[in-house]
Amino acid sequence: MGKDRKLRILVAKPGLDGHDRGARVIARAFRDSGFEVIYTGCHQTPEQIVNTAIQEDVDLIGLSILSGAHTYSFPRIMELLKESNAEDIRVIGGGIFPLEDIPKLKGIGIREIFEPGAKLKDITDWVEQNISPRKAVAFEGK
Amino acid sequence: MLKKVVPSEAELERMEKEHGQWLEEYKKALKKMPERLNRFSTVSDLETRAIYTPLDIAGKDFFEDIGSPGCYPFTRGVQSTMYRARLWTMRMFAGLGTAEDTNKRFHYLINHGETGLSTAFDFPTLMGYDTDSPLARGECGKCGVAIDTIDDIQRLFAGINLEDVTTSMTINPPASIIWAMYIANAENQGFSRKRLGGTIQNDCLKEFIAQKTLMLPPEPSLRLVTDTVEFGTREVPRWNTISISGYHIREAGATAVQELAFTIYDGITYVEEGIKRGLSVDEFAGRLSFFWNSHIDFFEEIAKMRASRRLWARIMKERFGAKDPRSMLMRFHTQTAGCSLTAQEPYNNVIRTTTEALAAVLGGTQSLHTNSLDEVYMIPSEEAVLIALRTQQILADEIGVTHVIDPLAGSYFVEALTDKMEEEANAYIRKLDDLGGMVAAIERDFPQMEIADAAFHFQQQIESGEKTIIGVNKYLSERPELEFVLKIDDEIERMQVERTNRFKESRDKDRFRKAMDELRRRCEGPPCWDNNVMPALVEAVRAGATEQECCGLYREAFGVYTDPGTF
Repeated sequence: MGKDRKLRILVAKPGLDGHDRGARVIARAFRDSGFEVIYTGCHQTPEQIVNTAIQEDVDLIGLSILSGAHTYSFPRIMELLKESNAEDIRVIGGGIFPLEDIPKLKGIGIREIFEPGAKLKDITDWVEQNISPRKAVAFEGK
Repeated sequence: MLKKVVPSEAELERMEKEHGQWLEEYKKALKKMPERLNRFSTVSDLETRAIYTPLDIAGKDFFEDIGSPGCYPFTRGVQSTMYRARLWTMRMFAGLGTAEDTNKRFHYLINHGETGLSTAFDFPTLMGYDTDSPLARGECGKCGVAIDTIDDIQRLFAGINLEDVTTSMTINPPASIIWAMYIANAENQGFSRKRLGGTIQNDCLKEFIAQKTLMLPPEPSLRLVTDTVEFGTREVPRWNTISISGYHIREAGATAVQELAFTIYDGITYVEEGIKRGLSVDEFAGRLSFFWNSHIDFFEEIAKMRASRRLWARIMKERFGAKDPRSMLMRFHTQTAGCSLTAQEPYNNVIRTTTEALAAVLGGTQSLHTNSLDEVYMIPSEEAVLIALRTQQILADEIGVTHVIDPLAGSYFVEALTDKMEEEANAYIRKLDDLGGMVAAIERDFPQMEIADAAFHFQQQIESGEKTIIGVNKYLSERPELEFVLKIDDEIERMQVERTNRFKESRDKDRFRKAMDELRRRCEGPPCWDNNVMPALVEAVRAGATEQECCGLYREAFGVYTDPGTF
């Protein structure tokens, strides 16, 4: 496995926020860049997102949120990944965040935050350069 | 006089000749200095030419297509007097934190000259959850006001004369419940339901298409909408029971034509449902209202609004055989485009909102929300919302555009673009007819994917520089720290949960149970007046039912719908 495998990305919408324009646009951009993309749709709990990420064996979760509820959902998702021994699934965020929240989110392990105005190409390039496929967990476990 | 609007054949011939000569000159000049852009198009990517002439509207019939304000087909406006007698309603969308916080904001806006209320609910309220739901964690009061019970509604509207002011409430799947709370509270305060004026958004179809506050599948959602239409017709005659909304369709990335076509088709569907219920079209169609987005492309928006009135009038007359002119006239609210605002150099948003608001006024809107410059980050602060309200007041009272009705009528470009909007919207309407109607189209993901395609296309145009957003892809700028961004305290969530718990403990349990049993009986029965949910809901919320308890019952009776997550 390793480097030849396509990167698998879960685009997820945590919380009750229905603003999905950005999530759907970035999901297409990831797909067009050659990644495998799974999109959760709106209204996902942190538990649902982490379960889907593990079941789908993704390398990266991209969280899109515009409601301000990231103060609850982002830390909870990081906590659940840790509890599930799935910390090697990396997490990025996009949407609207108060400036003072961005260092806090990075502090809990969110790899990058993309703000309004971020170009699709910058995001897909960042993923290409910074995210490599996870080791095949099931295989190693044996 | 009219001869000048409808040119003779000889005149047309001369125009064609002169236009040809001009075009030659234009091409010659371009050899020295080419056009600035490879292609000129609207924000919706509709190509526009350098000049429009009488030739572009040669086929127009003044009487059939334009006419007079207040007369069919209402291209020029829905009232004969328009803004010379009464200005549009200045209605700022407001909701933050607790009911008290929002009530304070309502009074602030009224004290500064706002003329109608508009309520923004938080996400749990919009989705039918009380604040104590595990699904509501972290959301309380963030994007609007948190409402669980009639007690919250009472505090929300405290000190406001509900027979004097009209109230708009942006609420969709739980609209029937929140409306029942509003009616019951108004009656508790001594107001009559017959004299209450306002609007519930209550447009379930555009939720599946764009806004995604989802609860029930399409069919039962339509049943509940029709229950409110039927109840309004009988009991609350001054209420607009649906605000058929293009706003969110546009925000999701649709073009102006898609916004127009999908919204009008949603309207067609609600009218069909009302007729199926046994109402006659002229009994209820006059209480349907619309809601447009005013986006950044000035003339496109004006043309869209003018075309929307004409389209609706023709549909109501020709497709539904409406007789009463009130059934044919499209009254609408407008909001400037949230998606046109930028986080970079946010003070520039004042300029964007001003031109969008001006387009809405020239398009003949009945009420208007102007976005605040900080709305790109958060619910607006008091400082920013005042600038936004003042923007409307300056347009109304200082610059003279309200003195003349539909002042852009007769502009070759505006009339040609109005025709184009109607024509292209009609092509979509035929397509939706062919697909078997809006519910079938939604099930096939048709409008959703048309919008997703348009959104992606626009994003690519931004990235290639084909379209310009100042501060984003031209004259790049960093996002600054704004001095007045509003913060919602996370602590209010705990306080709201406690308040709702205390309220539930204090209610008369027998009365509550009886009311809920009656509501369940009506939900489970076939749709008709005897099973209309509204009378039972008014009693249930009075008996202390929370929003989530009523929605829970809906979910059990009708099933749930979740986002299919296509892209």
